[in-house]
Amino acid sequence: MINRETGTFKRTYAEDLAIFRTPLPKIAIGVIALVVFVIVPWLGGSYWLGGLNLIGIASLGALGLNILVGYTGQISVGHAAFMSVGAYTAAVILREFPGTHWLFAMLGGGCAAALVGMFFGIPSLRIKGLYLAVSTLAAQLIIEWVINHWSWLSGGAQGSIYIQPPTFPWIENGELVVRKMDANLHYYYLIYTVLAVGIVFALNLFRSHLGRAFIAVRDRDIAAEIIGINIFRTKLVAFGIASFYAGITGVLYTYFYSIANFESFTLLVSIQFLAMCIIGGLGSILGSILGAIFITMLPIVLDFILRGVGGAVFGWDDAAASAIMPQWNLIMFGGLIMFFLVVEPDGLAKMWRNFTDYFRVWPFPYV
Amino acid sequence: MYYVELMLNGLLVGSLYSIVALGFVLIYKASEVINFAQGEFVMFAGYVIAFWILSLDFNIVVAAFLALVVMVLVGLLVEWAVLRHLIGRPVVAVIMATIGLASFLQGTAQLLFGVETRTVPLPIDDYPIFIGDLLLNRIELVAAVFAGLGFAAVGWFFVKSRYGIALRAIADDQQVSLAMGINVKTFFGIAWAIAGVVALVGGVFWGNASGVDTQLALIGLKVFPVVILGGLDSIIGALVAGLIIGLVESLAAGFLDPLVGGGTKDLTPYVLMILVLMFKPYGLFGEKIIERV
Repeated sequence: MINRETGTFKRTYAEDLAIFRTPLPKIAIGVIALVVFVIVPWLGGSYWLGGLNLIGIASLGALGLNILVGYTGQISVGHAAFMSVGAYTAAVILREFPGTHWLFAMLGGGCAAALVGMFFGIPSLRIKGLYLAVSTLAAQLIIEWVINHWSWLSGGAQGSIYIQPPTFPWIENGELVVRKMDANLHYYYLIYTVLAVGIVFALNLFRSHLGRAFIAVRDRDIAAEIIGINIFRTKLVAFGIASFYAGITGVLYTYFYSIANFESFTLLVSIQFLAMCIIGGLGSILGSILGAIFITMLPIVLDFILRGVGGAVFGWDDAAASAIMPQWNLIMFGGLIMFFLVVEPDGLAKMWRNFTDYFRVWPFPYV
Repeated sequence: MYYVELMLNGLLVGSLYSIVALGFVLIYKASEVINFAQGEFVMFAGYVIAFWILSLDFNIVVAAFLALVVMVLVGLLVEWAVLRHLIGRPVVAVIMATIGLASFLQGTAQLLFGVETRTVPLPIDDYPIFIGDLLLNRIELVAAVFAGLGFAAVGWFFVKSRYGIALRAIADDQQVSLAMGINVKTFFGIAWAIAGVVALVGGVFWGNASGVDTQLALIGLKVFPVVILGGLDSIIGALVAGLIIGLVESLAAGFLDPLVGGGTKDLTPYVLMILVLMFKPYGLFGEKIIERV
């Protein structure tokens, strides 16, 4: 029943087009869905769910950036700025039209981010690679400047807009009521539902004409143009989709923190998302998620190591450990980016693939 | 008179932008690496020289020499440990590596030298010079002179010296240079070492003007408008564009700030950069080899 592929023995077109060729992936998806949506929320305490929420949001953002950088080969250093466009659009919609449903505000944020992203993607028609990196860097700095200086838009000198938490229908004592999301558990379901939609969309995207066109543009743009792909349109759509993901990510941050704040969307955050893609694996959906987990966990693990090992070996107390924490965080962050680029350019996703490939054919050395 | 002063000060600050941009252009010319860590190089140099002078009480000349040695070693180390392995890899990888390097240098500098802001003391009077009614900052003048000397030295190096000619050959075509017996890896190392030294000049004067801490690294972001405007591979472009950007910033602060209420100084260079990227992507003096698809 749980068989593995042993070769290609397809007899019908339907078999050839099947998404799941063996039953195993179906079972795996069922198990993952069960774990993510039933077991984890059931067992996890509020603290852990809070951490998982941050990982979920980061995964969505990393996934969007990976569509642009990993699959289409267009570098963007302005991902966090596009997130802030989404975040502030949703917050402004909710501020100006208080009755709006949060779902519409979220979609509005995503669409606004997509439009701004496509605008800053226009230079990609003429320039590539490093020039594009510089141009998206300018996008980041200009958008940051606008948020900081246009207080009528972004709510005062702190550039923060407080919002009401999203609501959801709930059955209480046999009648339908509207409840506010106020626990990590509520946000957990919101974030992971959105993430699941994002992952399924991305998986299907790369089975479609458009997704294949992205990959063709990345691998050899001139060849792609010769086989009839409209390069400019493809790049713009890639910018649009990636920025839409970014916008939704920004909105999720806003909902989760109940505030849209520019400090969640600085250049450093853009770089963190790039690092997630690099460390997780460029051009891999699994990699985006692994990278998001890795980068989100890094400060927590580092804190644990500094306190634990520093305390045991050097006799540091908590204050001494936290004093050098930001520096070690920077060093490990930068060091790991360089390490992965030099040693394992395909990132954690490749490491995972090597691992599963080993067990796929075990106990034989190869097939 | 106010505007003449504004322009002169803009030009003086611009000369400091040029010297930071010079280190950037040097690396790009030799190895086609876009260095997002140039600001961190400047910051690191500032930290090192401030450490020699403030903590160990060295004379400025001795301190500068020691800092020079350190920066050469840092440049060589970076090239040897990281960039050498990324030759021939996609642009994304190289850019990301320098971004990682930037973060690494920030963390290391703070861990080694401490987090508090310090000022590089220079034996220059901070009493301004008056030329008629014009008021000029003495330190900025000296900095401009040093920036000019730096450009003259690098210019001479690239035009006359054997090593400079080899670097230009590598920039033109790596494979042919290899065939002509140039050791490309060694020269990449040399380019990074020179960039480290150039960053020292920036580190000394910026470290004096605005203090040494991680904020100093933000100067690295100001370099992008300069190099894009001047052309990524043009030394003369770095000089001219640095002066232009300094001037534009200064004039924006003088003219636009009263109109829109402050902060345009930080914005105008990037708006200018976007315009340049859209209409003249190779800049004023850059080589026009941008591939368009």
